[in-house]
Formats: sequence, structure tokens, C-alpha cells
Amino acid sequence: MKLRRKHILGLQKMGADEINLVLDTAANFKEVLSRPIRKVPALRGKMVCTLFFEPSTRTRASFEMAAKILSADTNSLTVAASSVTKGETLKDTVLTMQAMGVDCFVIRHPHSGAPEAATKWVRGSVLNAGDGCHEHPTQGLLDLLTIREHKGEIAGLNVTIIGDLMHSRVARSGLWGLLKLGARVTLCGPHTLLPPEFAAHPITLQSDCDAAVEGADVVMTLRLQNERMDGVYLPGVREFARLYGMNEQRLSRAAPDAIVMHPGPINRGVEISDDLADSPRSVILEQVTNGIAVRMALLYLLLGGGEN
Amino acid sequence: MNLLITNGRVLDPSQNLDDARDVLVENGSIARIEKNIISNGVEVLDAAGGVIAPGLIDIHVHLRTPGQEYKEDTRSGTAAAARGGVTTVCAMPNTQPPIDRRSVVEDILGRARSEGNGVRVLPIASVSMDARNEQLSEMAELKACGAVAVSDDAFPMQDAGFMRRAFQYAKTCGLVTMLHCEELSLTGGGHAGVGKGGGVMNEGRVSLEMGLRGMPRLAEEIAVFMACTIARAVGNRIHILHTTTAGAVEQIRRAKNDGVKVTAEVCPHHFALTDEACRGYNTDAKMNPPLRLEEDVAALIEGLKDGTIDAIATDHAPHAAHEKEREFDLAPFGIVGLETMLPLSIKYLVEPGHLSLSQVIEKMTAAPARVLGLPGGTLREGAPADIVIFQPDEKWTLCAADLASKSRNTPFDGHEMIGRVQATIVDGKVIYSRRANRV
Amino acid sequence: MADTKKSKSKLQSSGGKRLPDERPAGVLLDEADIARALKRVAHEIVERNRGVANVVVIGIPRRGVPLAERIAAHLRTIESADVPTGALDVALYRDDYGTRQAAPHPSTIAFNITDKIVVLVDDVLFTGRTVRAALNALSDLGRPAQVQLAALVDRGHRELPIRADFVGKNAPTARDEEVRVLLRETDGEDAVRIKRN
Repeated sequence: MKLRRKHILGLQKMGADEINLVLDTAANFKEVLSRPIRKVPALRGKMVCTLFFEPSTRTRASFEMAAKILSADTNSLTVAASSVTKGETLKDTVLTMQAMGVDCFVIRHPHSGAPEAATKWVRGSVLNAGDGCHEHPTQGLLDLLTIREHKGEIAGLNVTIIGDLMHSRVARSGLWGLLKLGARVTLCGPHTLLPPEFAAHPITLQSDCDAAVEGADVVMTLRLQNERMDGVYLPGVREFARLYGMNEQRLSRAAPDAIVMHPGPINRGVEISDDLADSPRSVILEQVTNGIAVRMALLYLLLGGGEN
Repeated sequence: MNLLITNGRVLDPSQNLDDARDVLVENGSIARIEKNIISNGVEVLDAAGGVIAPGLIDIHVHLRTPGQEYKEDTRSGTAAAARGGVTTVCAMPNTQPPIDRRSVVEDILGRARSEGNGVRVLPIASVSMDARNEQLSEMAELKACGAVAVSDDAFPMQDAGFMRRAFQYAKTCGLVTMLHCEELSLTGGGHAGVGKGGGVMNEGRVSLEMGLRGMPRLAEEIAVFMACTIARAVGNRIHILHTTTAGAVEQIRRAKNDGVKVTAEVCPHHFALTDEACRGYNTDAKMNPPLRLEEDVAALIEGLKDGTIDAIATDHAPHAAHEKEREFDLAPFGIVGLETMLPLSIKYLVEPGHLSLSQVIEKMTAAPARVLGLPGGTLREGAPADIVIFQPDEKWTLCAADLASKSRNTPFDGHEMIGRVQATIVDGKVIYSRRANRV
Repeated sequence: MADTKKSKSKLQSSGGKRLPDERPAGVLLDEADIARALKRVAHEIVERNRGVANVVVIGIPRRGVPLAERIAAHLRTIESADVPTGALDVALYRDDYGTRQAAPHPSTIAFNITDKIVVLVDDVLFTGRTVRAALNALSDLGRPAQVQLAALVDRGHRELPIRADFVGKNAPTARDEEVRVLLRETDGEDAVRIKRN
């Protein structure tokens, strides 16, 4: 089976079969990561450009590592977010990089839809590495892979996502992926960060964290952005930790074998307690490893993918 | 300037006329409307089965001049009007500098005379100096030199105290205040919030899925409520620009029933599209107020039917391609509309049977004239011969690249249109003829 | 791994089952032929290497893997010694990636291949490109003392200077013919069929 698309912009537009293809491919790639020589020539001569309009060290490192293991060449451009509103437009930036010969653009951007806009201007593939509050598809896929490794089957699982649902692209990508693969999803957060329009989808909305965790097989905690902690949406960190922080006691309401996830970087003691973050129930570091496998799979499927 | 228009169906809602008649124009005015007029020695225009109606009046147009001529200038903006059958445009004051002093009004009127393609251009003055809603503009002088109303369009008044004084002073000067109703604390700044984290589309399921900040319908409803409440107390005349939500329509309906001197308009895109048009981050579907939901569209149409909404206006807002070809968050609000007002209104109001053609023409002729107290919007004998001739059933496909406007920012590129302007006449002079393809 | 583009796509589309439009055309090898051929290949391996002391057998997915297992089973019986087996994925080393998009399989080689005699096993030897990819993949895993190649069928038409050390059946074919190996483990039956297109 082939990937039917040239770009990866988000999981909402992908079918369950495509998501499973990526997960299966990524699962096979994990073996490559354990080889003595962690390099295969599959994408030799391909140029991957990471174009980051927003600071990110982890996602970018993960993408570059994935590209390099597959023998693709990488170049990178960091554009300060502040110059986006002045200076060169997104269109000119991607056209400039395109002219240098890029096969795949990996784009992170503070504005939703920027990677989709870029698809109109470039010949190569576009891989969304996180855009505004829209989607972060590779994070969603690595979360799915991690859940699948632990639970075998995603269909029928109870998954609770806790935190800033309004602004989280991680939550959106995870949510669409989980729904497509048949999980039962509960979203949990304060009403200031829990838009009621989510109810248009078969999702449970819950502002009470204890109730939301009840019987969950997977608890996904989200990173609380510091800029949201200025009292506009929440009184502060302390109160968030009190109402929505995940800890051993709260997790005892979940299924006995429930796992806890977090996209990182963690605010210890806020989204997740210190001891829980380091406990065997936390799969946070596996998520990081799976991130490389998922990104390898996507680069492999996009750049090898046939007749484009 | 004498002209005989034959073989047409004369549709003039101002005199309840809908009949096959000929129209004789003498010295720039309507001389006679009768069957089978015989008049020797005059130029004859064959309407070829088309509708002959009063020239359309668009009371909400951004001509962008002075200051932003790269988006639109007087020549291109009035050419777009002529192609759209619009014989009178009211130019909004958010120019650079804004229309807040005599020199700007005179500049606009001067350009209209020299580059206006014969289209009537009527400036609307800013309510306040520099459009900052702090100091009132010199409304009496602005009116004396040609301004036909005052408005806060794009820079909505937020302060109830300032709004009350603005209403009181506009009433003193006998001017209608045209209001952009938006509570900015809910939308994140409106036009001024672009690139600063403000809302960029309707707040709802679509904005949530696209990860874009929404502009809640609540913001419009609260602002309409405030304006109507103050107008009730002051007793002045206000006009609600670009109404978009069911709640706003209901507020206006109630205010009218209560005797508030309020009129309202709707833009064609707001009854033609919903926020679904923004999918794919289509910046040509980004406007303020934003495209709303199906239920709002239904309420707008109901408002047009029962008279709550008086007029149709375009909010013609040209923007250059490079401004729209970018991140959705950073693109400016607005779309062009002069060339699509009539066909969109026929397609989405007349075709589905919501309103008769006569009702729709009334909303674009006699009604806007009434809203601002303008002459025109009628084919009565003696009135200036401002006329549009169009084929009401002709289907055609809009091609944005062919627009007369300098800008191409329309979400209707490639859409089928119903109804096509054949000729536009001002003061008895043909300013646009499709056959001659000239403006 | 089947070695023609056509057979690959056919196998994918038919899920490895017999095609409904397939005629009872020439069966190149039947179940007994295959068993005999593999047994003979095993004996040749023992003979060539004077035992199996340092021999490991590595199959190329998909069908090279069960063939490697079968050959190794013979070796163990003949020599009463342990013979390690593994699977070597070559998809990431192919030079025709992009035109055929083979899904990568994990390599499962639970031993060090350095200084071993590696017997690579594939079902059909055709252009030699799969073997080239396999040699590159092997070199990333270690430095074998020797690499030997076993193929159930050698159908000719080499595009690279590669030859098999052990061949189950030499089958002269036309280039546009399709050679399909079916195995119990992957296809539910043992047979090698040849089909003229």
C-alpha cells in the first residue's frame, strides 16, 4: 500500500488506513534504530529542509536525526517569529529554499495553516512539524504508536486528554487519530480552555479531572504554555496543578495498567507530579524514541512514494 | 444626452413598476416610461429582453483612495462599480488619511470627477479625528463639502460615553451614523488585531478544527445592543453595517419595533457562504465580520424578507494579492464585491425563492437611498437617469482575473453566477456596456 | 523476495493467492521438486564449507526467509549442529526505491555476522539488484568472512555481475515472463510457476 498524499498536514484529513500504514512502517523502522550502524541509504540524495518559524529543539532534532538515519541531506533555516510580520513573507521564504532544491519541507510555524499555505507554492512535499493551534501530526502519530505498543489495539480504549484543549495542536492531532482508530476520547480541562464546539464530534467533555480519569486506559497530559498562565485563562500554575495536575492518587482512578503520556517538555509538578513522571507508568521517553521512528516512516513514505 | 431604451422589462420598486416598457432619457433625466415610445433622432439602446432597473446604490465601499492606491484607486474602483451595475458608491472613511477633514473629502470628490468613470462617489466621513474614537470630527463642515454620513467602520466605537456623544453630535448635524458593531474585547481587536493574536474567523467548530482564534457572534450582538440602546436614548438615526448573526438580526428587529431609528444592511457573501468557506486556510474567505453559520444565513434571509434588514451593500474591500497570499492569521480582512453584488443576490435570494427580483432590486436601490437620504434609486420621471440593464437569468462563471477591480480577493472565483449586467447608465450616459466591453 | 516488478505488484494485488485468470500454464517446480532442490542445496553448502561450523543462513524477505529456515533445518539434520538463521531487510538499500515502494521489514539477525560464512537466500535470482542491496545491507551489519548466495530459481537476465553459489533450478526464461514462487509459509502451498505475459 502507498501513502495517497504528497503532504502531511494533519491527522484530521488522513484515513485510518493511512495512519495504520505510517504506524506499521514506523514499527518496522524501530529495528533500524537498534542496528550497529544506524544509517541506511534509502533517501540518499534527497534534501530535507527544516524550516522553523518557532523555537523548537526537540522536534527539529528528531526530524534531523530521522532524515540522517535515512541518508537524506538536511538543511535548516530558523526564522525568528518576530520577523514574520515584517520582512520576508512565508511565500518568499519557501520559494527561496525551493530554488535551492528541496524535496521535503518540514515546517513549524506559529500560525495555523502556514504549512498548508506553503503547499501552494512549493514542488516538494510539506511535512507539518506543528502549526499554531492547528495540528502536530508527527506528535499525534508517535503518541498512537506508543499507545499501540502498550495496548496492542487502539480501538475501544478509553483515552483521556487533559490540559489546554483550546490551544493545543498536540491534543487536536491526537484526538483525530484516536477517533479514526476507534478509541473513546474524553477531553478534560477548565471551561476557559475547553471549547464546547468539540462536542460536534463523538467526544466526552469533562471539566472534573477525577471523573475524566475514571477507568482510563491512557492518560495524555498536555504541556501548559507559560504564556497562557498569565491569569487570563487560569488564575495560575498552582490552581491548575490542584485541579488538573496528574499524580499517583488521581491516577488510581484509571485502569490498573493505565499509561501516562506527555509530549514534553514537562513542567514537573504542574501537569504531572515528579514521581509519576519517573514511574514505570510514564511512557514519556518511549514517546521520544517513537518520534524518530514515526518521522523516518513519514520521510520514507513521502520521499520514496512513487510517481510525484 | 438623449437615449431610448427599448425591448426591456422595467423594474422599479420605488413606483411598484414591473412591466414591459420603453424608457426615454432626455438631458440626463428620465423623461418618459411608456410602451412603444416612438422618438426620432435619438440613440436607441436595445435592452434585448433584459431588466431595466434603477442604478444600484452601494452604501458600503472601500475605495482605498487616498493612501492605498495599490489595492484600489478611484479609476479601478468605479470601473468595478460600473461593471456591477452600481451607479452610486458611498466611500468608507478608513483611508489614509481617513476622511476626517475637508481636504480629504474634496480630494475624493475631485478624483471622482476626473477618474470616476461617471460613477457617483459619495464620501462617508469618519466619526472621529484619525478614526481614533477620541475626538469628534467636524461633521458639519464635512457634510457641507459633500459627506453623506459618518461612520466608524473598521474602527468600532467601544466606549459608550463616546458613542453617545457621537450620536448626539451627528444628530445635531443631521447625519446618519453607520456602525461597525464589534465588541473588540471578545474578538481580540478586529482589524487592529491582525497579526497581534486577534480573532480571524467565526468562532465555532470550524475555527476550532483549524486552530484559529474565533470571533464570537456574541461580539456583534452585544455591540448592536449597545448601539440600539444608545440610539433609543438619543433619538438619532443609526445604520448597522454588515449584519451577520441571527442574534444581531433579532436585536435590530426588536429595536425597530421599539421605535429606534435604526436601519441595517447585509453583504452578499454573508448570505452566500458560511465559515466552511475558510477551510484550507482560504484567505479570500477572511473578512470582518466573518462568515457565520447556516442558522445565521437563514436569519439574515428572514431579516431581508420581513424588512428588518433594509439594504444589501457589498463592503467591497480590495486587498493586493501579496497581502492575501500568506498565513491566514496575517492576511487582512475583506473581499471585493462590487462586481458580484447583483448576481450573488439573484443566485442566493431570488433563485431559491426567498425574495422576488423586485424585492432584491429594492434592497439595492430605493432602500439604500432611503437609509442615507440620497436622491436616486428610482426611475421616476424627472429623476437622474441612473439605470442598470441586466439579464436576470443569464448564468456565467466568475473569473477573478477578469475583474475590473485592481484586486482579486474574492471567494467566488470559478463560481457560477446568475444574472449579468448588460449596461450601466449614469445621467443618461452609458458608462458600461458589456457588448462594447468598455467602462 | 520475488524479483520482477510485475510479479511483485501482482502478488500485492492478489494477496499472494492464485489469480483467477491464471491458466494452468507451466509449473516449473512442484512441492516434491522444491523439497528435493532444497535438500540438495543444503548438501552442497555442507560440501562447499566442509561442514557448517561457521555458517549462518540469512533470508531476504519475504520468501527468502522461509527458504532459509528450511535450508537451515536440513543443515542441522545433516550435520547435527546448530545453524543460526535470520532475516535481512533490503528495502532501505534498494536502488529502485520510488518506483516500487517496498515496505521495509525489520531485520532479525540476533547474532554477529563478522567472520561468519553468510549464506544469503532468495527465492528468485533475476537482475541481481536485490542481491546487490543485500550485500550493502550486510556490510552495515558487520564483516563476514564470506558471503555465498543460494537461490531456489535462477532465471537469468542479470544486470549486475552477480552469480549464485547454490541454485535449486536453472530456468531459462524470456524477460517478460513471470516466475512466481509460492511457499507454504507465505502462500499456503509449495510451487514455482512460470507465466508468459
